Amino acid sequence: MGHSSGKNYINEEPGLLSWFTSLDHKRIALLYFVSVMTFFLVGGIMALLLRLELFAPNTTANVGQVLKNGDIYNQVLTYHGAIMVFMVIIPGIPAILGNFFLPLQIGAKDVAFPRLNLASWYVFMLGACLAIGTFFSTKIDTGWTFYTPYSIRTGSAVVMMVVAAFIMGMSSILTGLNFIVTVHKLRAPGMSMFRMPLFTWAIYSTAILQVLATPILGITLLLLVMERTFGVGIFDPKLGGDPVLFQHFFWFYSHPAVYIMILPAMGVVSELITTYSKKTIFGYTAIAYSSIGIAAVSFFVWGHHMFVSGQSEIAGIIFSFLTMLVGVPTAIKMFNWLATLYKGSIEFTASMLYALGFLFLFAIGGVTGIMLAVTAIDVHFHDTYFVVAHFHYVMVGGTLMAIMGGFYHWFPKMFGKMYNETTAIISWVFIFVGFNVTFFPQFILGAKGMPRRYFDYIPEYEQLNKISTVGSWLIAVGFLFGLYTIIRGLTSGEKAPDNPWGSKTLEWQTSSPPIMHNFDHDPVVTAGPYEYK
Amino acid sequence: MAILMLLMNKAMAGSFMPTQGTEISKQVDNLYGFLLVVSFISCVILIGGMIYFALKYKRKTANDKTAYITHDTRLEVLWSVIPLIIFLFVFGWGWVIYHDMRTMPKDALEINVSGKQWAWTVEYKNGVKSTEVVVPVNKDVKLVLSSEDVIHSFYIPSFRIKQDAVPGRYQAIWFKAEKLGEFHVFCTEYCGTSHSAMITKLKVVSQEDFDKWLVSESEIGTLPLAQRGAKYFQTRACASCHNVDNPAAKIGPTLYQRWGKEVANADGSKVAFDENHVRESIMLPQSQIAAGFPSPSPMPSFQGQLSESELAAIIEYIKGLN
Repeated sequence: MGHSSGKNYINEEPGLLSWFTSLDHKRIALLYFVSVMTFFLVGGIMALLLRLELFAPNTTANVGQVLKNGDIYNQVLTYHGAIMVFMVIIPGIPAILGNFFLPLQIGAKDVAFPRLNLASWYVFMLGACLAIGTFFSTKIDTGWTFYTPYSIRTGSAVVMMVVAAFIMGMSSILTGLNFIVTVHKLRAPGMSMFRMPLFTWAIYSTAILQVLATPILGITLLLLVMERTFGVGIFDPKLGGDPVLFQHFFWFYSHPAVYIMILPAMGVVSELITTYSKKTIFGYTAIAYSSIGIAAVSFFVWGHHMFVSGQSEIAGIIFSFLTMLVGVPTAIKMFNWLATLYKGSIEFTASMLYALGFLFLFAIGGVTGIMLAVTAIDVHFHDTYFVVAHFHYVMVGGTLMAIMGGFYHWFPKMFGKMYNETTAIISWVFIFVGFNVTFFPQFILGAKGMPRRYFDYIPEYEQLNKISTVGSWLIAVGFLFGLYTIIRGLTSGEKAPDNPWGSKTLEWQTSSPPIMHNFDHDPVVTAGPYEYK
Repeated sequence: MAILMLLMNKAMAGSFMPTQGTEISKQVDNLYGFLLVVSFISCVILIGGMIYFALKYKRKTANDKTAYITHDTRLEVLWSVIPLIIFLFVFGWGWVIYHDMRTMPKDALEINVSGKQWAWTVEYKNGVKSTEVVVPVNKDVKLVLSSEDVIHSFYIPSFRIKQDAVPGRYQAIWFKAEKLGEFHVFCTEYCGTSHSAMITKLKVVSQEDFDKWLVSESEIGTLPLAQRGAKYFQTRACASCHNVDNPAAKIGPTLYQRWGKEVANADGSKVAFDENHVRESIMLPQSQIAAGFPSPSPMPSFQGQLSESELAAIIEYIKGLN
């Protein structure tokens, strides 16, 4: 059903300026897309530099000294972490794919507050510019966690960076609010809550987390700014403050934030697995409720980041217990996806490979997460490379795989063109293999005791670090193939049909790319999202 | 059961954990070995199942019929309850060991350890100060941790224990070393520029050697400066690279009869071999490379690792080599 007039959201309003003033959720999604991908490139280059530095210990003359000294390494490390967390993974799926497809999936014309949606992007960019701006100031070297009292003592750019994170947090809250209202008020006739696609469910759960958790981060960061500028003595032990209090505040946000990062990914994976298995999702309600369950319990597990920080033994035990409870809904989802494959009709597109890659990597990320939740084992693994490997398996192996998979899946809808499946799959092979080569050895390094955030290491860790660095090159090659695939698809891709994958959700019922107001006629929903009968 | 034990032993062998220096480290490894086996089985089920289904149900035609299965309550209960039981089991097991780690033994040998960017200062009851931790074997030892500036973390991989040293409060950690030898101590809480160089050694010696060491260390303070310097020259391993009794070079230049002379640097400049030259060479070894020696110098920096008085003693000792 190509739209008769040939108009769509991309060509309806001409000129570059129209993009920066557009209130259309699809166009705003693309604004986010370009900004987030740019930040991803910067954060990725930082990662490559870190791995290059760690290729060999500094005692080996002439190699392993890519970064001049520990200070520079620490800065690169901090920017890598802060950019990837605050500017890539947190906004990644909700602000790009969520913005584009949440209204489409529920049959709405736009989000509830289009103007606020555009404002969110400007607020986000303001924060991002400030964050990048610190690079031209004294630079920051606190790590993305800003632990006190180090962050009180080190260079003055910390205030600017913290304000930047605060502003980006505001943007995150506004986006979350927008999505919650959209889901409650703008569903098409017949689209009951339990007929919503699981991607929408996931974005909805995430939005609740964003609205409830992010203010805590905002307050904490403001307190840190006050501590630095006025010396109020909340966190600074020299003034009678408690530096560990900062960690409590910080993780009270940042643990739910972990789920802000992973829940949308789980939503994407549910869509991919049903579509490319041509089969209804197994346990729709269980998956929807487990999203909400994870969101709720995630507020009460922050102390598992602090088993050795000096919190009491009893606190450690309680947090360990609650963390185990978060493991259950996560396990449920894994089994549900597995059961969805059973007796399906599985098509190996790039998107499906990313979804299967997600299951593979998330399984490893999940079981190592349980290990880390066990108090006695975490005491050994805490702040070692085991943790680095674990969260990369979850954040990169999970979220990033889902972003890539979701992006290929929805590419025809977003741009009205097809991408080249072969180069997309080559890209996947490099990224998937490279990822494991990079991060699996880091589990072993951590078990052997190599601490994280180390500029240099003792010689016995050299071999595994070398393998890990080589892996990072494979990932880089993979992303270059991905970039090529996207650019080729955009410039010379074949015209996409409205529903190339035979998907059942609403966004595939409109034209590719959709018209400005999404649907020719307001859709009326009469069935669930995965009726592959 | 026997197979499980066998698997566990295999897992332990492949677990790449460091040497087991204490009883607790063995307990931690047992639990870790169990988790490795269970994790491995879970991954085989999940990943193996995924690969099996993906290949078995690979799309054949565009119009493949698929089964319409919305849910199965029995299965869902099963895969909620079984993980829950496993999780609670390992939680409980971890709790037991964690409780042991956190319960301080009575009558332990107490040692104060203080972190500072970027070195540890270890202080014994009799006033001996050291940069390394020396402890007797088979004796309960309690380290009382504190910090002078930012948060550090005291980590002994071989003992599987770790505790943050937080400024403004004391925190304790205990162990009973069962193996003689030297073990690494890392700082594991990010603390700035030389975080990764904040490494020291933990030496486990016999009770007899420990007592001797404690006495000889406590006498150091009363020795003349040059004699103290001679001692530090040995304990800081200066002697392994620098000759003091003949003019031949070892890995580094000789210090024999150098004092007060003019020496050549690799860049052609000449510099007087005096207090400041020695100080700079010890603290910032890369700042000046002696003629005929490789750049960068393999010598580690002792910045933050030597106190002023130790440095003064070493300089006094080098003066006397003429």
